[in-house]
Amino acid sequence: MATIVGHGVEVFAPREATRRSRLRGRRLRSPLGIYTSPLILLIAWGALCATGALSPTLAASPSQVVSAGAHLWSHGEPSTLRADLGISLMRALVGLAIGVTVGGIAGTFAGLTRLGENVFNGPVQILNTIPFLALLPLFIMWLGIGETSKIAMISLGAAIPVYINLFGAIRNVDPRLIEMARAAGISRPRMLTRVVLPGALPGGLIGLRLAIAYSLLGLVVAEQINANSGIGFMINQAQTFDRIDEMFLGLLIYAILGLTGDQIVRALERYLLRWRPSSSGSRA
Amino acid sequence: MSAVVAQAAPEPATATESSVIVDGVVRRFGQRVVLDRLDLQIAPREFVILLGQSGCGKSTLLRLLAGLDLPDDGRVTVPRKRAIVFQEHRMLPWQRVWNNVTIGVPDGDRRATALEVLQEVGLERHADAWPKTLSGGEAQRVSLARALVADPDLVLLDEPFASLDAITRLRMHDLVRGLRERHDSTMLLVTHDVDEAIALANRILVMRDGRIANDHRVDLDVDGRARGPARDNLRSTLLSEVGLQPHAS
Repeated sequence: MATIVGHGVEVFAPREATRRSRLRGRRLRSPLGIYTSPLILLIAWGALCATGALSPTLAASPSQVVSAGAHLWSHGEPSTLRADLGISLMRALVGLAIGVTVGGIAGTFAGLTRLGENVFNGPVQILNTIPFLALLPLFIMWLGIGETSKIAMISLGAAIPVYINLFGAIRNVDPRLIEMARAAGISRPRMLTRVVLPGALPGGLIGLRLAIAYSLLGLVVAEQINANSGIGFMINQAQTFDRIDEMFLGLLIYAILGLTGDQIVRALERYLLRWRPSSSGSRA
Repeated sequence: MSAVVAQAAPEPATATESSVIVDGVVRRFGQRVVLDRLDLQIAPREFVILLGQSGCGKSTLLRLLAGLDLPDDGRVTVPRKRAIVFQEHRMLPWQRVWNNVTIGVPDGDRRATALEVLQEVGLERHADAWPKTLSGGEAQRVSLARALVADPDLVLLDEPFASLDAITRLRMHDLVRGLRERHDSTMLLVTHDVDEAIALANRILVMRDGRIANDHRVDLDVDGRARGPARDNLRSTLLSEVGLQPHAS
């Protein structure tokens, strides 16, 4: 906070020093953090529905969505919301776990060795240029319409960003630190666990965040094109029976899943990357 | 003393009393000859300062001695147990201070080892700190501790205090002098600071045109290094050898 005094003078003082700036600071600081704007959108949505500006045939109101959720939770037909949410989460998490593991191992191997780079980089770059969602029909032909093709789809979406970011991050670890560690006589396993992998972690976490977003994309497409359970199936059912409240409910659940996943990675970053100069608790 | 040899052409090894032997070493970068048949011998326990203008090849020589680079011709013989202190502290930002100190220590009670050597540089209280919380001088003290932790026979220092302020640099000189009394290492410090050379060295080498051009023994006590005619003479000699006009200090 700067207070201008006279000409060409700037005065800096702790934030607590002036009452005015403290009040202004608190007002500007949003207590809800990144949930502030979603909450504002929610309120605006409710207001538009309540005033009739949004026609009930085009949009359900927040309260309708909540009551649809409460009803479907245990009384949904042909399956309950609880069961649909469970199967969707299972697909997303299993797919994400497989994708992150495969992408992580391949990305590490390619980052560390010329052989790995030669083996993996070409195919991954090709896959990265095709929208992975376009492969679903092929996956269904190869793997059937069951869970396997859906999970494979989600895994593919998750594996690619993890691979690409981890590969790049390993190759970009500060060479001066590697030289230092080598000069200090570090062993090869410790070079990996103490220098290369921690140095690549920030990039790897960016990959993880993208992986969560892509796996949700994969989930949505896989469930809407060919499924008889899950949130996507619920949305399709709602469309068939003209239940706009249930459609909104499904979309809201996808949004919450995306936001939650992102928040989990952010929390991971705050903990795992607390050594970074930009994170809190630092001294200049 | 175990030694490793880096060479361009195979030659029989020679038994010697020296800690470091550089024999006719050539290093080129493209068309540019940075080290031109350079010869150098350093006795055990010597504190040698390598002085020269920037670009004279002193850091290149240091990297050859550290084994971070190989000569194009000639051979380099150095102790196997050696350590290097870089101009930047090069701490791993994701490891706490004590883990940085023992990064090259394979086993044993690494924390106790770290605390011991951190105490020598006066930083045992910062053992659990993140590197980002250290000042420039503290960080460079950690990298001194990291170099000394394995009790090396040879310590190479590449302009280690160049980025520190004048007061911190003087404190570091005191610290290095103190460490010299407890460790039997041979030390080679590269700098372009004539006063730093006079403050620390047993022997000052001036590098020019890819070779050791001048070789001075310094037998002054702490006071004699700080003031007096001997110091002033040495200083103006060094300044003119480095290629600067000497000024009265």
